[in-house]
Amino acid sequence: MQTWWSMKWKEVKTSRQSYAMLAPYMILFSVFTVLPVLISIVLSFTYFNMLEFPKFIGWQNYTRLFLEDDVFLIAMKNTLLFAVITGPVSYMACFVFAWIINELSPKLRAFMTLVFYAPSISGNVFFIWLMIFSGDRYGIMNGMLMKLGILLEPIQWLKTEAYILPIIILVQLWLSLGTGFLAFIAGLQTVDRTLYEAGAVDGIRNRWQELWFITLPSMRPQLMFGAVIQITTAFAVADVSIALAGFPSVNNAAATIVTHLMDFGTTRYEMGYASSIATVLFLIMVGANLLVQKLLRKVGE
Amino acid sequence: MNFSLPLRRKRVNRSLGGTISLFALLVLFGCFMILPLVYAVNNAFKPLDEIFLFPPTLFVRNPTLNNFVDLFALMGNSWVPFSRYIFNTVFITGAGILGHVVLASAAAYPLAKHKFPGKKAMFGIVVLSLMFTPAVTAIPNYMILSWLGLIDTYWAVIVPAFAYSLGLYLMKQFMEQIPDSLLEAAKIDGASEYRIFWTIVMPNVKPAWLTLVILQFQILWGTDGNGFIYSEQLKSLHFAAGQIVAGGIARAGAAAAVALILMSVPITMFIFSQSRIIETMATSGMKD
Repeated sequence: MQTWWSMKWKEVKTSRQSYAMLAPYMILFSVFTVLPVLISIVLSFTYFNMLEFPKFIGWQNYTRLFLEDDVFLIAMKNTLLFAVITGPVSYMACFVFAWIINELSPKLRAFMTLVFYAPSISGNVFFIWLMIFSGDRYGIMNGMLMKLGILLEPIQWLKTEAYILPIIILVQLWLSLGTGFLAFIAGLQTVDRTLYEAGAVDGIRNRWQELWFITLPSMRPQLMFGAVIQITTAFAVADVSIALAGFPSVNNAAATIVTHLMDFGTTRYEMGYASSIATVLFLIMVGANLLVQKLLRKVGE
Repeated sequence: MNFSLPLRRKRVNRSLGGTISLFALLVLFGCFMILPLVYAVNNAFKPLDEIFLFPPTLFVRNPTLNNFVDLFALMGNSWVPFSRYIFNTVFITGAGILGHVVLASAAAYPLAKHKFPGKKAMFGIVVLSLMFTPAVTAIPNYMILSWLGLIDTYWAVIVPAFAYSLGLYLMKQFMEQIPDSLLEAAKIDGASEYRIFWTIVMPNVKPAWLTLVILQFQILWGTDGNGFIYSEQLKSLHFAAGQIVAGGIARAGAAAAVALILMSVPITMFIFSQSRIIETMATSGMKD
């Protein structure tokens, strides 16, 4: 054992230049990402209001969360709904559009990439959807529908519970062709051309077979990376909900786990309780990601 | 010399119906993606009576720059001059990008090219951190920043941004494809690791650091201060934009103008760097 440790220590000493280069980033990363996750988990078992020292209260925050907090249950339901719809839909959209775009000529490909990526890079200007779904007749949605005679009166889109969730999903999808989409565009271009030629010789007859038997398996690393990005975004809906439906929204119809977390963390200063919400969110996100990674590893096997 | 017969290029059969329906799909959804932005651009140039025209129009008829004049007049009268919001956003974005690119690249190099104890664990944690959003860490971050005395300064946004994990991840994946022979040659010549990093690695990963610049730009340009900045004179352009939009109908013209300013900068940057970004993304895959 002694020798194993001394050998390791020797390795550490000879790599000190590597550690020195890693140190600045890793220290900041630990302070602002790793440590906060740990603090959050510890605080979730306490009562803490930022003024007094945190008091240990066991599982009370969690029992309150799941048994007594009706708004949390709405938030949970909305978050899962958003995730289950926008996650898979945006993931497939990223891939399908990247795949179609890949068949275009280079100039057209660059243009279409820009068209699809523009919403997600345009600096959080989703408030332009406020102009589109504005509740008066000057909003373009109301205006169009009234012009066509489908509506007689303007609809208060963002104040009506039944419309809030679909509109948020729509905007969330509009914003979702981001980093994952670019990764797919790039991945498709790196697939070995000779594989397609060999496939054609081996009897692959149409583009769908080619997609399934050659393209998808050769892109597995990008598919896994894209999945992480899309899943994480799908569970994190908050900004769009707040910008469009307000905070708090009508009857909490647009509450999500993140907005609920903000409510307790920045408005009510119940930090222990907010930390338990953060911990639940952390577990859901990481759990969903690891599960999907496991599934994607099976693609093309 | 290669005497074998060249493999005959054979294209897999593409049915015409399939091609047409796929491209119809592309055009349809392309419109869904771009029309809101086209509408926003047009609104910025519409005179007020056109913004409040019924039925509303997508395209501007009599373009004018009045909205921009209004915007600056509006902001010129406010307690904090509009130029200050622009400076705040530019400073936060610039400093955040510079620190992130340097620190993330320096850390990515040993992770990609060296062997040392703890390497796997460190990179594993970075990948794990891609799997949850910053919202999870917001409360402890507030506490940590206030212990460090950074709350209500630019640094409350800038310093955490140095350590964003997506940039490190992409940079490390990209650096792995630098041939080892290139680094070995320098090592034999007696160059230190820092020298190798700065004079050989960095010039070879230009596409990747350009990508880091753009991704970081996108996050910081749209920042509203994360709730860490209170003083009005330190707030960002995006925050000011939110205030204008909240002004409702009376500010509709100015709001459209500010939306155009906010979105045109990142889109322009992307247009000029697209091919480099795609090059970087080609190595973004997760290996088992």
